[in-house]
Amino acid sequence: MSTQLTEESESETETERTETPGDRRRAEKKARQGRSSEVQEPTEADEETVHLKVFRYDPEVEGKMDPRFDDFYVPFEKGMTVLDALMYARDRFDTTLTFRHSCRQAICGSDALFINGTQRLGCKTQISDLDGPIRVEPLPHAEVVKDLVVDMEHFYDQMHSVEPYFQTNDEPSDELEEQRQTRENREKIKMSTRCIWCGACMSSCNIAAGDNQYLGPAALNKAFRFAMDKREGEDMKEHRFEILDQEHGVWRCQTQFSCTNVCPKDIPLTEHIQELKREAVKNNLKFW
Amino acid sequence: MYEHDVIVVGAGGAGLRAAIAAHEEGADVALVTKLHPVRSHTGAAEGGINAALREGDDWELHAYDTMKGSDYLGDAPAIETLCQDSPKETIQLEHWGMAFSREDDGRVSQRPFGGLSFARTTYAGAETGHHLLHTMYEQVVKRGIQVYDEWYVSQLAVTNEDDPEERDCHGVIGYDIQTGNVEGFVARDGVILTTGGLGQVFDHTTNAVANTGDGAAMAYRAGVPLEDMEFIQFHPTTLPSTGVLISEGVRGEGGILYNSEGERFMFEHGYANNEGELASRDVVARAELTEVNNGRGINDEYVHLDMRHLGEERIMDRLENILHLAEDFEGVNALEEPMPVKPGQHYAMGGIETDENGETCISGLYAAGECACVSVHGSNRLGGNALPELIVFGARAGRHAAGKDLGEAEISTGKTDDAEMGEVDTPVEPGAVASDDDSAVADGGATFADPTQTVEATLEAERNRVESLLEKDDGIQQAELRSKLQKSMTANVNVFRNEDGLKQALRDIREVREEYQDVYVNDPSRTFNTDLIHTIEMQNLIDLAEAITLGALARDEFRGAHWRQENQERRDDVWLKHTLLSWEDGTPQLWYKPTILEGENKTYEPKERSY
Repeated sequence: MSTQLTEESESETETERTETPGDRRRAEKKARQGRSSEVQEPTEADEETVHLKVFRYDPEVEGKMDPRFDDFYVPFEKGMTVLDALMYARDRFDTTLTFRHSCRQAICGSDALFINGTQRLGCKTQISDLDGPIRVEPLPHAEVVKDLVVDMEHFYDQMHSVEPYFQTNDEPSDELEEQRQTRENREKIKMSTRCIWCGACMSSCNIAAGDNQYLGPAALNKAFRFAMDKREGEDMKEHRFEILDQEHGVWRCQTQFSCTNVCPKDIPLTEHIQELKREAVKNNLKFW
Repeated sequence: MYEHDVIVVGAGGAGLRAAIAAHEEGADVALVTKLHPVRSHTGAAEGGINAALREGDDWELHAYDTMKGSDYLGDAPAIETLCQDSPKETIQLEHWGMAFSREDDGRVSQRPFGGLSFARTTYAGAETGHHLLHTMYEQVVKRGIQVYDEWYVSQLAVTNEDDPEERDCHGVIGYDIQTGNVEGFVARDGVILTTGGLGQVFDHTTNAVANTGDGAAMAYRAGVPLEDMEFIQFHPTTLPSTGVLISEGVRGEGGILYNSEGERFMFEHGYANNEGELASRDVVARAELTEVNNGRGINDEYVHLDMRHLGEERIMDRLENILHLAEDFEGVNALEEPMPVKPGQHYAMGGIETDENGETCISGLYAAGECACVSVHGSNRLGGNALPELIVFGARAGRHAAGKDLGEAEISTGKTDDAEMGEVDTPVEPGAVASDDDSAVADGGATFADPTQTVEATLEAERNRVESLLEKDDGIQQAELRSKLQKSMTANVNVFRNEDGLKQALRDIREVREEYQDVYVNDPSRTFNTDLIHTIEMQNLIDLAEAITLGALARDEFRGAHWRQENQERRDDVWLKHTLLSWEDGTPQLWYKPTILEGENKTYEPKERSY
């Protein structure tokens, strides 16, 4: 299993040409509407069925120790997502089919999967957006625990390593007094705060795949969220750049945009990492 | 065996806040959660946190709104505590860096919400819960608090004295989802249940799949009463196909509801002549369904919520998340067309009976958040009051469990002298089912007085239960039972309720309970066996569905979210009291305790509720 390489997107100016999240969603919606109208046409009966090819593996069950793909044929309903189809397959056909999921609305981050070769959230991926048969696999570059479940420990470790919590030395003494923040500054960090820790970006990143110590896009984005928050003082910002400005930190990013492409919350991850690189340079210059 | 001072079960908003508070009091705390903390359903909360922060507002106004919203079934000491503590708890989040939306002067933004006399809902876009959850998890990481993630707590280790009020909780039994190990957790000072909602009792819900009411059901079987379970909140604006929530913030910002005739029915059909769309949630949910039932719904199913007139700039600033939800889950571009919405199960107002310090009648057992009932929401929760409940009562429970003196609670727990026994005419005998295996569905508390022994004995029983579920290789599977239960609850115990329907639901629940005797787990694996977890959860759903339905059948009046076809009056003369259900000798026992309407400076006089 390998991730897609977007070689043409090496240059920094690429950010400006990237379409906005809204554009992307609208384009997807149009494509979806186009396809769903095709489905509604009374053609062959088997068009009403979704064909899933689902990765199966269980380290302790005889027949599943050798990884394989199972085929499931699930009745299609308009609006059905990949998660809906998986749940149907599990509840009606095979209750041993195992995957993480919870909120069904793209906020808990549990069900990032490798669907038709791309990292996506199962719950927000419409079946009608995909060409069948739909291949559902666990996130690449992570250890598979069972079926579609991967070990997230490394992801969590990287997130924790950037001190992912707000730090300031001048908190208001009054428990009812706010630390004021401008609307602009809140806007600046807004996208970075949307991360749901799904791990899609890490899984899509070639660099993270080859360098286990690389902090990776999610952790760097988390660091961006605090480094750019003006309520944290300059001293803290310096401290944050000590963490980021190291061999396996921001400089490892090769601006391939794969993280940005797969992020289900439309966070401009690559852009954030680029900005951290620029800040790291500025930060270093102060010592000269 | 693991051992800590305080064990918090569940790591959503209430659990994280409780853990931080207990840690600040010097306790060795552990969070045990079946998800990872950032996956908790608090993250899906959208609207905001009610807190009296501004000039012109004060906690007493907030308390008045909350009491009125509750239809006078909240307890004044709980409501006043909520409203007094919320400002400092909300600003505490701000001090922890939470990314609140901001006003021009840099202070946190507030907006209007249904049933509030002041725009006091403090928010972070339309994703307040996400920010709250992550901010508190960050603080847990900062403090190095131990988290056992993907550990499913399936049983409480409680001593087995006859009188529940003499029982002690000494810990919990957890199942390591990744490895399949069943282990004991000894809690030296206390166990805090913060397991959240029970929406999976219904099949159209805004709740996560993980919201199976585990904590409430475990506490119930261990001897803690469940309070006011009949009061289920149906949110007026959920997406028809999935139940995904469309925040009340949309109406707060000026969103309008239309029926199929294009009428603004909240006004034109007189449901709420003053507040319109911003009437309290129960009122709006009933209005929508009445429109649908009278043939003015769209596709006989839903109504339209329109926010186009708010303009793209304001929507992007305050409701951007709603655009994504409408587009991803309903295929609607809410900038260009109205969103389809209908009521869906959203919140359990009732739950584990606790006092203002989060304590239950079992010593060492606490509860906070949606799984608990203090009670601040009474028969109808105001939008924006769930998140302050998490932080206020989560913090209090954490502090109290860690040994801080919070003063004596005014709310009493357990069967006190003012308890009034109740009876209700049921079509079937609810509760336990005769079976050779008496540990199957409704098992009571466990054994011994020595803390570790109690945990060890419970651990052994739980290991046996898990073994027998895994070993059995024939029978019925939980998915079938779950679907049957959910369908009956949605058909019969929904927004509109009547006696026949409630009785039908009890018959269906009884049937599912009997079938559950024959349940088996198909997946033999010890590794990440979700089949096993769902099967254990199913037991909890059965007990909670029964409690909801019994309470609803008993309360023959119309109050807040509880509408009864045969009883269209709020009857304060008989029903100004809380419904309680205790699990005794394998069946639910019904009793009541009076509502406390006496506050710190005033007594709340029940008035007719109009918006």
